[in-house]
Amino acid sequence: MATPTAIKASGLVKRYGDLVAVDSISFDVEKGESFGFLGPNGAGKTTTIRMLTGLSKPTAGKAELLGLDVGSNATRTKGFTGVVPEVSNLYDELTALENLLFMGKLYGVASTERHRRAEALLELFRLQEKRDRPFRTLSRGMKRALTIAAALIHNPKILFLDEPTVGLDVMAARSLRKVIKELHDQGMTIFLTTHYLEEADILCDHIAIIVKGRIVAIERPEKLKEMAIKEQAVEFTVSGDASTLVEPLAALTGFKPIIVNSSTLRCSGTTNRLLPHICRAVQDAGAEIVSVNTIRPTLEEAFVRITGLSPTVMATEKGGK
Amino acid sequence: MRDDLRGIWCIIEKDMKTYYSKPPAVSWGIVFPVTWVLAFYLRNPVDFEGLVPGLLAMTALFSTTAAEAVVINFELRLGSLERLLLAPISMMAILLGKILGGTVFGLFMSSAVAVICALFLNIHMDWASFFSILLPALLAFSAMGSLLCLMVREVFEAQTLLNLPRFVMVFLSGVIYPLEAMPRALQFVAHLLPLTYAVKGFRGASDPNQGAPIALQAMVLMAFFLLFLFPAAKLLSKKFE
Ligand SMILES: Nc1ncnc2c1ncn2[C@@H]1O[C@H](COP(=O)(O)OP(=O)(O)O)[C@@H](O)[C@H]1O
Ligand SMILES: [Mg+2]
Repeated sequence: MATPTAIKASGLVKRYGDLVAVDSISFDVEKGESFGFLGPNGAGKTTTIRMLTGLSKPTAGKAELLGLDVGSNATRTKGFTGVVPEVSNLYDELTALENLLFMGKLYGVASTERHRRAEALLELFRLQEKRDRPFRTLSRGMKRALTIAAALIHNPKILFLDEPTVGLDVMAARSLRKVIKELHDQGMTIFLTTHYLEEADILCDHIAIIVKGRIVAIERPEKLKEMAIKEQAVEFTVSGDASTLVEPLAALTGFKPIIVNSSTLRCSGTTNRLLPHICRAVQDAGAEIVSVNTIRPTLEEAFVRITGLSPTVMATEKGGK
Repeated sequence: MRDDLRGIWCIIEKDMKTYYSKPPAVSWGIVFPVTWVLAFYLRNPVDFEGLVPGLLAMTALFSTTAAEAVVINFELRLGSLERLLLAPISMMAILLGKILGGTVFGLFMSSAVAVICALFLNIHMDWASFFSILLPALLAFSAMGSLLCLMVREVFEAQTLLNLPRFVMVFLSGVIYPLEAMPRALQFVAHLLPLTYAVKGFRGASDPNQGAPIALQAMVLMAFFLLFLFPAAKLLSKKFE
């Protein structure tokens, strides 16, 4: 028999009254794979994690971990999953070490093993100096790190991370990503949610884009980046009439530029590639460049276009949290 | 099953370490009953012995429910209750851990008050009877506390909500006024309240000539425990659907 898929979601639906938070989602995550859920706030990422980890009952559909149905084997599937929730919710009053030991005990890790692993995790996350400090006194980044450490104390087979680096400074986020990457390299199956494409790109083998409770695309990150780059453009203004530049530029770049107004053109592509051509065409025509503008949509904006979703989805994201 | 027992113990142990020194647990669970004891004593030092069973029952009620508000609502608010629900233990084990934690807290408080009363007052406590009432009483109050606390989110909301049954029971269950001196209708109501059986039980434990059979009171209190436990379990699982 083939080894079972690490995570299998089949037609998962979660309804809260009239609201469909997750709308019939299906995907497979192979063992050892790192799978990312990328989407704006309110897309249904957390709700999906909650169903996969047995915290929430699906309205319809099925979630399986390593071939076990989460609904009917929750105690077993919980035993081999580690979960890092959206908020760092360890116990304020307990020290870093006590928190890890408590989680170890709760998951039935034997005493010596528990202490050994707790120390090792403190080291991995560079928290040795804080081992006897209460959780509440740690910085945001350290809290996040310890929350991830706590999810690893029982050496889970599958690790769920809900927005692991949201709200952290660049350095803290970077060092956490490094550790997550290491875990992945060691063969752990990882499921993470994020609304940073950069993060999904670094950490994931596959990325599912989820918007309004639906998966709109599952792609490898390289593919997504490629699609995002296609959305870039350069807009430039010249002294005098720009329309005479259309033909020469089309010949040089292979794409016909768009006329924005009588003196401004827009070519799609990256600045790197386009700028030499533009300079040459302008020079040949004996004109002068007045201004150049790179139009680099944020990756989110690019996705709006790639996935054909209305921009209002993203507007809600900006208005959100 | 073994995992569940381990889980229950983990939760009790952690809650004791984490929460029992929190202000709401201390103020409602310790300071409040002690203040009442003192107030009663200062008003009427002569007949004070007669009030001891009621005060013991009240201490058991206040300490357990105050503890439940802290162990449940602190975690509901901070989301750390979810941590327990993610662990490979059953929902019932989590709830029992929370309830037994409150029970242990109440056990310390009530035993301390009982020992102090026995040392300084003219009371001959039958300790076997005392504990066979105290334990089911603590379980019943703790389960009642958990049920009510699960209905709200914040600790202060829980304390406010808890005050309703607390004060109704203190006034109707024979803590201050003897049951026999109350109108028949109120006596009937009193018998719907768990505190009444605790007061009667402690009365019997401190004076064998008085009060109703210990075993009966203990059984009624256990029935109350189950009566509160199952809806509380239902409420907890509803919260995480
Ligand atoms: N317990 C709940 N009750 C009602 N609505 C909820 C609940 N949890 C989430 N939702 C709604 O479901 C949608 C998806 O939420 P969530 O999964 O948290 O999104 P994300 O994690 O992608 O930001 C949102 O519209 C949110 O308001
Ligand atoms: Mg979320």
